Amino acid sequence: MNARNIVKRSVVIAALGAAVSMAVPAMAAPNEQYFPLIGWRTGPLTPLGVNVAAGYIDYMDLLNKRDGGINGVKLAWEECETAYKVDRGVECYQRLKGNGPTGASTFNPINTGVVYALLDRTATDKIPIVTIGSGRTDTTDGSVFPYVFPLGTNYLSTNTVKIKFIGAQEGGMDKLKGKKIVNLHMDSAGGKETIPLLDAQAKKYGFEIIHVPVAMPGSDQQAAWLEIRRIKPDWVILREWGVAPAVALKTAEKTGFPINRIVGVPFAGTEDDLVPAGESAKGFYVVHPYPTGINYPVIDEIKKYVYGGGNKGNLQDLTRMGLTYYNMGVTYGIINTEAVRVAQKKFGNKPLTGEQIQWGLENLNLDEKRLKELGVTGLLQPIRSSCKDHEGGGAAKVFQWNGTALVPVTDWIQGDKSLTRPLIEESAAKYAKEKGITPRDCSKAS
Amino acid sequence: MARVWLATAHPIDEGSVEFFFEVLIGGLLAGVMYSLIALGFVLIYKASGVFNFAQGAMVLFAALTFVNLVGYGLPFWVAFACTLVAMGFMALLVERLVLRPLANQPPMSLFMATIGLAIVIEGVGQLIFGGKAFGLDLGIKDVPIAVGGVQISKFDLFAAAVAGTLVLVLGAFFNWSPTGRALRAVADDHQAAMSIGIPLPKMWRIVWAISGAVALVAGLLWGSRLGVQFGLAVVALKALPVLILGGFTSIAGAIVGGLIVGAAEKLAEVYLGRYIGSGIENWFPYVFAMLFLLVRPHGLFGERRIERV
Repeated sequence: MNARNIVKRSVVIAALGAAVSMAVPAMAAPNEQYFPLIGWRTGPLTPLGVNVAAGYIDYMDLLNKRDGGINGVKLAWEECETAYKVDRGVECYQRLKGNGPTGASTFNPINTGVVYALLDRTATDKIPIVTIGSGRTDTTDGSVFPYVFPLGTNYLSTNTVKIKFIGAQEGGMDKLKGKKIVNLHMDSAGGKETIPLLDAQAKKYGFEIIHVPVAMPGSDQQAAWLEIRRIKPDWVILREWGVAPAVALKTAEKTGFPINRIVGVPFAGTEDDLVPAGESAKGFYVVHPYPTGINYPVIDEIKKYVYGGGNKGNLQDLTRMGLTYYNMGVTYGIINTEAVRVAQKKFGNKPLTGEQIQWGLENLNLDEKRLKELGVTGLLQPIRSSCKDHEGGGAAKVFQWNGTALVPVTDWIQGDKSLTRPLIEESAAKYAKEKGITPRDCSKAS
Repeated sequence: MARVWLATAHPIDEGSVEFFFEVLIGGLLAGVMYSLIALGFVLIYKASGVFNFAQGAMVLFAALTFVNLVGYGLPFWVAFACTLVAMGFMALLVERLVLRPLANQPPMSLFMATIGLAIVIEGVGQLIFGGKAFGLDLGIKDVPIAVGGVQISKFDLFAAAVAGTLVLVLGAFFNWSPTGRALRAVADDHQAAMSIGIPLPKMWRIVWAISGAVALVAGLLWGSRLGVQFGLAVVALKALPVLILGGFTSIAGAIVGGLIVGAAEKLAEVYLGRYIGSGIENWFPYVFAMLFLLVRPHGLFGERRIERV
C-alpha cells in the first residue's frame, strides 16, 4: 500500500469514525430524567428556535444547579436540529424517543406541522408532546388526545381574548354589532384554524368577519391590503408569522390603515417581528400568553445560578433575556419539569417514563401559590389541567408596541371557553371517528 | 371609538379605473423588487452557466453585514463600502474554494455546490451576527402619495429608481468596459474566451463580486421592507418565475420579467382571487411562467441555444 492510499484510507476511517460518533446518542446517567429538544437554530425562524431553546435549557440548568435536579433526579437534555422542517422533526423524534434511562420524557416541537405528523405516533409510543403556543387546538380534548398537551392558551382561546379586547376598546361587547373585522391569516392549516371560531363569534356578537388569506411566506401583501382597504374594516386581526408580520405592518402603513386597529397573534408580535417593522409597528396590539419582561424572580435566579460567577448559560446574547421567545422557553421548562414533579408524587422520586409524565401533565395544578414559589407570578397564568382539559389555562395579556418595546395594556384576560369548548369537542370527535379512536371516559381517569 | 383612516388612504371602489391602476402600478413596483433579486442570478448564470442557489443567502449576508456595521456606529456610506469589500472577499473565496476545484464539472455539480454554499453562508452569517432580526431604516417612509387618485408608495418608487439605475450601470459596464466585454465573451463560450487569453478565474471573481454588490442593494431594499432576518434568504425564490419569463441570461429580461410577474400576480390576486380563492399570488406566477414556457422555452430575452446532435 503506497503512502497516498494510506492517507486516503485514514481519511475515510476518520470520516466514518466521526459519523458513527455523531450517530451515538448523548448518554444520560441512570438517575437522570431525559428531555429531547427537537428545535432549530438555523433557517428562517432562527430567533424563535434559538431563544425558546435557550429559555427551556436555562430553566432546566437552573434546577440542576440550584436544587440538584427534581427531588434528587438530575435533568439531562439533548438537542436535535430540524431547521423547522417537518420531515426532520419526525426523524429527530424517531431518533431520540428511546434515549435516556427511561426514554424521552416529553417532546415540545413548537411546529404545528410536526405536531400533526406525530399525533398518531405519540399515542402509540406513550410519549407526551407538549404544544405550548403551537399545534392543533382540538387536542385540548384529552379524552381523544391523551398524549398531546396544548397547555397554557390554545389558538382558539387566544382568539377569544382578542375579540374580548376589541369589544372592550369599542366600549363593550354589545358595541361590536355592525362592526367589520378582517381576519388576515396565513393560507395554511395553522392560519385557517380560527376561521370557524371567528364565524361563531361573528354570529354571537353581530359583527361581520371577512377572512383574507395571505400566501406563505407573506413577503408581499399589497393585494391583501388593497382588499382590506376596499373592505374598510374597523379592526384587523393579524394571524401571521415569520417575515409576514413586519410586511403586513409596513404595508398597512403604506395603505394608510391605522396600526392601532390591528391586533396580532403571539407569533406576529414578538420583539423579533416588531423590531424589523420599526416605527411602522408603533401602536400595534398583540395578545401574549407568555409575557415579555425581565422583572420576574425566576429570571433573577437564572441570572444568579446559571450565568453567575462567569458561568455560561445557553443564551449567547444576554440582551435577549426577558424577551418574548426566551420567556416562552422558560415557561416550557417550568411546565415540563412541574409535570415531572407532580408525577414523582405518584410514581416516586426516580427517572420516569413518558407514560408516567403524561399523568403529571394531566394533573398539573399551578395555582397562584405555586406560581409565586416558582417566581413566575405574572409571567405564567394559573394552569389546572385534567383528562378533559389539556389546556388548563386559556388566558392571555394584551401588549402594545411603543416603537422599541412591548408594553402591557391589560392584565390576564380569560378566553371564552363557552365558545371554544363545543368547537374543540366537535373537532376532536370527528378526528376520533376518522381514526377509530374510542375516547377515554374522563370521569374514570385516576 | 371612531375608525380613523389616514387622509391619503381614501377607500375606493374595486370596479373603478383608479383601483385597477393602483393594483397594476403596485404590482409593477413590486415586480421591480423581484427583478433586483433576479439580476444577481442572471449575472452569475451569464458568466459561468451556474444557477446560483446561494443568491438568497448572499442577499441575507450582505444585509446582515451592512446593518451590523451601521449598528457599530459606521456612517451609511462607510458601512456600504465595507460591505462591498466583504462581498468582494466572499467572491474571492467562492472562486478559490468552490468554483476552481469544480471547473469543467457538469453544471449540476456546480448547482449542487451552490446549495451547499447557501447553507454555509447562512451559517457563517449566524455565527458572526447571531440569530436575531434587525430593523433597517433607509430614511424613506413607506407612505402613500396620491397621483391622480392612485396611491403609490414612495418607497416603491425609490426602489424602482434604484433598480433602473442599477440596470443602466450594469448595461454600460457589460457593453462598453473591457472587463464587461470580456465577461460577455466568457458567457458566450468559455473555451473560446480562454483561447484568446481571457483569465476565467479572474472573470468569475469579478462577476461574483458584482453579483455580491447587487445582492447588497437587494438586501438593503428587501431588508428595509421585511427587516433583516433569516427569512430574507427565502425571498430569492420570488425570482424564479421572473427568470423563467425573462430568460436566465438577460439583464433586461430580469427587469421586464419582474414587471410582468409583479403585475400579473397582483391583478390575479385581486381580480381572479375572488373566484378561485384568495392567496393565489404565491403560485400564480409559476403557472403563468410555465404557460409562457410553452410559447417561448428560452424566456422573453433568453438566448436560443442550438446544439449539434
